[in-house]
Amino acid sequence: MKILEVKNLNVWDIHTGRIIVHNTSFKLEEGRCLAIVGESGSGKSVTCRAIMKLNKRSLQQTGEIFLKNEGLHQLSERQMRRKRGKHLYMILQNGMTAFDPSCVIKVHLQETLQTHFDWKEKEIEQKMIQAMESVNLKNAKELMHKYPHQLSGGMLQRIMIALALVLEPDVLIADEPTTALDTISQYEVVEQLMKIRQNMKSAIIFISHDLGIVQKIADEVLVMKDGEVVEQDDTQTIFVNPQHEYTKYLINTRRALSDNFKNVMRESLYC
Amino acid sequence: MLKVNNVDKSYGTNGFFKNNKQRILRNINLECDRGECLGIIGESGSGKSTLGRLLIGVEKPDNGSIEIDGKSIYDRENRKENISAVFQDYRSSINPFFSVEEAILEPLKIYKSNKNLTRLIDQLLIQVGLSPVYRHRYPHELSGGEAQRVCIARAIATEPTFILLDEAISSLDVSIQLQILDLLKALKATYDMGYIFITHDIQAAAYICDRMIIFKDGQIQETIETNNLPNVKSLYAKKLLHNLITF
Repeated sequence: MKILEVKNLNVWDIHTGRIIVHNTSFKLEEGRCLAIVGESGSGKSVTCRAIMKLNKRSLQQTGEIFLKNEGLHQLSERQMRRKRGKHLYMILQNGMTAFDPSCVIKVHLQETLQTHFDWKEKEIEQKMIQAMESVNLKNAKELMHKYPHQLSGGMLQRIMIALALVLEPDVLIADEPTTALDTISQYEVVEQLMKIRQNMKSAIIFISHDLGIVQKIADEVLVMKDGEVVEQDDTQTIFVNPQHEYTKYLINTRRALSDNFKNVMRESLYC
Repeated sequence: MLKVNNVDKSYGTNGFFKNNKQRILRNINLECDRGECLGIIGESGSGKSTLGRLLIGVEKPDNGSIEIDGKSIYDRENRKENISAVFQDYRSSINPFFSVEEAILEPLKIYKSNKNLTRLIDQLLIQVGLSPVYRHRYPHELSGGEAQRVCIARAIATEPTFILLDEAISSLDVSIQLQILDLLKALKATYDMGYIFITHDIQAAAYICDRMIIFKDGQIQETIETNNLPNVKSLYAKKLLHNLITF
């Protein structure tokens, strides 16, 4: 079942007139994962923030966005606020800037969950502790009383994922969730995202420039360059038989690092 | 040779009523030769960058010493022309009011005031793969890869013995990462420098480093030659390699 559809999305800067996203269209089926890859400035993040209607005011957008056949582009800011969180959920790259530094984590979680559910404080705490433990966060109760700066980037990422587990969104957008993380945290975050997909049938839009992770997690890949979609296909086809020169270039450069590493490891068990 | 002997570092205060002291580095010992690239691999918060700051002399260790060719780097004269650095955030590494030329000139003015600097800047820009026309551009007119090349040009300008590369490629796009790694490899051979390559990306480290130090909670877990990487001993290093999602 089609859950999200973006039709002819255009985003431009009203001050400079620069087009940031040009005529982009794609669909997302229930329970599927679409990866958007491309280099910085290619329009990946702006596209996703346009779906959430969270781009800054100087960026204007046109085009149609349908979530379960409901036109998000026609909704007011107030109506859109009800959609964010429960229906459309976004995990941001930098956990430190995603949370308000002036209040403890628990305040964030309560504010978000009370917007969508009539749960009491204790109920929220219980559900969050359960979700946080399921994403391997120890001492969940203590963590909820900490400020963002007291936690590592990986921990904040996992708290955002735990909140997604409680909210059970229809579409989860993860904007480079693993870029700032070390290898071990990266692996854990990817495992958790795959768990969300299996357990909740949420559709995922996964923005990344790490092609290794994209290959592991995505069903389909959309390649963007200078604000335009240059290629879109299922993951296997993109990696085995890329058509566009730019896709070939992206894959080949990463392969050089990967192949060297595999040589070093002499195709040992770790690869 | 760069030598780190029994270095400890803590932050915070040790008060009468309260002990807020947090130990970041414990008993660090390492060596790096000229012409060698030594990787320091670890997760965020493990103390890698603190070690980096100690190596370039902007902070002092609580105990222990850091020496280049037997002379302490905490004497500014010994540090001079011996070590420079390239950081992760290329945007904040260059003064936004400085043109490329002014940025590269800054260390040169201090260390090499008698040379023909105009010609030297052209040479440096060509060395890092930029055209000399870039000299009049400002940081906001440069892409990420170009800005990082300018930072590298500035770092090699004084012909240092060692360069600290603190997550120097982490903020760049994957395709640019490879270009910068190849550039660093070529420059190392040309200038016979040693690199301290701090990163959390093992694949990038395996591409450029001769040896790697696996770092966790401010302590060295293991030091291993890159071509011997499959035979790591410590549990943590094994987990790092096992959890790597290769492409």
